Amino acid sequence: MKFHSISLKEKFFKLVALCSLALGFQLMSTGVQAQSSWDTIQKSKTIKIAIPTDFPPYGFVGIDLQPQGLDVEMAQFIGQKLGVKVELVPVSSPNRVAYLQTKKVDLVISTLGRNPEREKVIDFTHAYAPYYQAVFAPKSLNVKSFNDLAGKTISATRGSLEDTELTKLAPASAQIKRFEDNSATVSAFVAGQVQSIATGASVATALIQKNPQLGAEFKLLIKDSPCFIGVAKGEDTLRTKVNEVITAAYKAGDLEKLSQKWLARSTGELPE
Amino acid sequence: MNVELDFSAVLTDWPILVNGVAWTLGLTVVSAVFGVLSGLVLAWIRIQAWPICGSFIKIYVELIRNTPFIVQLFFVFFGLPELGLRLSAEMSSVLAMVINLSAYSTEIFRAGIDSTFSGQIQAGESLGLSKFQVFVYVILPPALFKVWPALVAQIIIVMLGSAVCGQISTQELSYSANLIQSRNFRAFEAFIIAASVYLLMAIAVRWLLNLLGRNFVFKGLIQNG
Repeated sequence: MKFHSISLKEKFFKLVALCSLALGFQLMSTGVQAQSSWDTIQKSKTIKIAIPTDFPPYGFVGIDLQPQGLDVEMAQFIGQKLGVKVELVPVSSPNRVAYLQTKKVDLVISTLGRNPEREKVIDFTHAYAPYYQAVFAPKSLNVKSFNDLAGKTISATRGSLEDTELTKLAPASAQIKRFEDNSATVSAFVAGQVQSIATGASVATALIQKNPQLGAEFKLLIKDSPCFIGVAKGEDTLRTKVNEVITAAYKAGDLEKLSQKWLARSTGELPE
Repeated sequence: MNVELDFSAVLTDWPILVNGVAWTLGLTVVSAVFGVLSGLVLAWIRIQAWPICGSFIKIYVELIRNTPFIVQLFFVFFGLPELGLRLSAEMSSVLAMVINLSAYSTEIFRAGIDSTFSGQIQAGESLGLSKFQVFVYVILPPALFKVWPALVAQIIIVMLGSAVCGQISTQELSYSANLIQSRNFRAFEAFIIAASVYLLMAIAVRWLLNLLGRNFVFKGLIQNG
């Protein structure tokens, strides 16, 4: 009996061929899924929602390492009203829009502000919570208007609303240092690597409380921008359903309760 | 799979990319010069067999080689201010890269020097050359010739590692690509362009360093053309 032993080279090529075939099938199968997010959600009875975990009190992790916060509670609320299970996906400011575009999540509830650049690539629902971005700095730093930022260093989180708005409002000689997430932006300010910080009200409140020695205070309002929920472009069914939930919650006073609980302030007027 | 690539959206921001390339190259050049020099000095101290210095250098090298570069960088940028030393993002990047390259270079040079034929050292000493002259003229040239590929590779690694410095807001190439894609959401195109530029830079730097080595560092040693 003759043995035909397969040479190493043959084995290798067969392995490569097998892998590419498997990969090909995988790619083909994902291509076939052209259904809308709403259908997928109904079928799997699960909705994937992106939430922040570096942004108290909207999204942070407690000692038990479980996410909690206003955005997290909003996510659970929506899941409950839609009658599906909620899968929370932690994201950061720079990657939350990308996660939505690549369908890694169905909704983004992450203090998402609405602006024309984002409206080109994703859709927004009605607003659900209040928010404002501002420049904060130690009392000793004299900043009365945006022009006073000339020649000063400011930290901001890349891709956030304060980043894009500040870039437009600050003078050319202001040095905006952009970091990948809120924690790094705050750490840079606390370590004294930058003179001021452009961030959301909640982040500033938390950092002022934890670091009283900085003597940081509110300086300039960048934008009053409430939080919207992000939906992938074209997912109109999902967007309409979520809008219904938000409108009902606003009328029933649930959104006001949420805002009072986490932010100790009223929602105010929430635009559509 | 239907993917539409729109490179023009990214290329309209070419000044940001050029700024990024300039920073990456600048960081690499400065770190390479100081890192290699420092590595040489430390390698020389190691072979002197002075009592305590050798152990300190060994600990330093092992510490740097066995921790991630990003951790070293964050330590310099976020940690040192707590100890009273505040360096800007750019200075922190250079310092971290120099410390990193210097540790690897020390080992690379030590390997090259150790492999020098001891008979040559004895010959140099018997000719009346000082220890320093023996080091520079007898030990170094063949050692450098042997380890040049490893040294060039390490410099390229540090250059590619500078991509991490964008995490502390140094405006190098990956930070620039990230900035562009966070504005126009063209992540795929932005990073294809960034990767291509890194590839070209790595090829160019490697070619340049090999040219430098052949024509200046070990010119007389190339026997087979």
